[in-house]
Amino acid sequence: MEDTHNHPNYVMVWFALAVMTAVEVGITFLSWSKTALILVLVGLAIWKALLVALYFMHLRFESRPLRILAVAPIPLAFILVLAVITEFRW
Amino acid sequence: MSDVNVMKPMPHTETGAGVYNEKLGIWVFLGSEIMFFTALIGSYIILRVGNPGAWPAVGPREVLNIPITAGNTFLLICSSVSMVKAFAAIAAGDQRGLRLWLIVTVVMGASFVGVQAYEYSQLVHHGFVPSGGIFPSTFYTMTGFHGFHVTVGVICMVFVTWKAFRGKYTAQDYRGVEVIGLYWHFVDLVWIILFTIVYLI
Repeated sequence: MEDTHNHPNYVMVWFALAVMTAVEVGITFLSWSKTALILVLVGLAIWKALLVALYFMHLRFESRPLRILAVAPIPLAFILVLAVITEFRW
Repeated sequence: MSDVNVMKPMPHTETGAGVYNEKLGIWVFLGSEIMFFTALIGSYIILRVGNPGAWPAVGPREVLNIPITAGNTFLLICSSVSMVKAFAAIAAGDQRGLRLWLIVTVVMGASFVGVQAYEYSQLVHHGFVPSGGIFPSTFYTMTGFHGFHVTVGVICMVFVTWKAFRGKYTAQDYRGVEVIGLYWHFVDLVWIILFTIVYLI
């Protein structure tokens, strides 16, 4: 197998994910402004998703072509949503 | 007899991306899955922005059970760790560790689906049904498709666990474990996004 890297500290990643989930749930019940809440929650969700992709899915240790393949749909995803959201916003 | 060998697939056939075929295949599939869930999440955002009155004023937590779903989220995160532990075990040639962590992952994955079924039954009991408007309709579509993915993942993982008990994976060849692992982590990743968008915001 091509897998020669040392395994990352999975328990630390798990701990970070668990703490961030607890923070997310906690701040949902605070009386913050809606905009601040959405920004912080989306930021935390992206951070958690990145941790899963980089460490559990090993993207951090993969070859460049595979990493490009993995992130290629993300700009397309934004285009899809932005193209349709114009129906409501502009 | 070289012409006999031609009929056998190469054990380590590499693709242009430098990985074996099954791994490239699952990544291409996951790319299509990103677009699939983008269609759902994108529709949700657009529908919600376009119909602010259709959602509770304080947010979905007025109707949805956040504590039980937060527990379920934690369960799925734990199952991702046990999956990666199974992967690390077989990469080191540890058959016993592979079987143990796969069983833990199957149990936690099945429990996630069970808790979701319980959550649905409670919501339906309180009159929150798919036909009840745009909020319940989008809620059941998104969480339902995700639950379906978890269910498929559990079924595939039972198959991988069965193969693990028959000693089919080794430290030299554990492709099946890595491929189901990638799918499993992706389903976890999607839930992280869905939990924020559908339950918290």
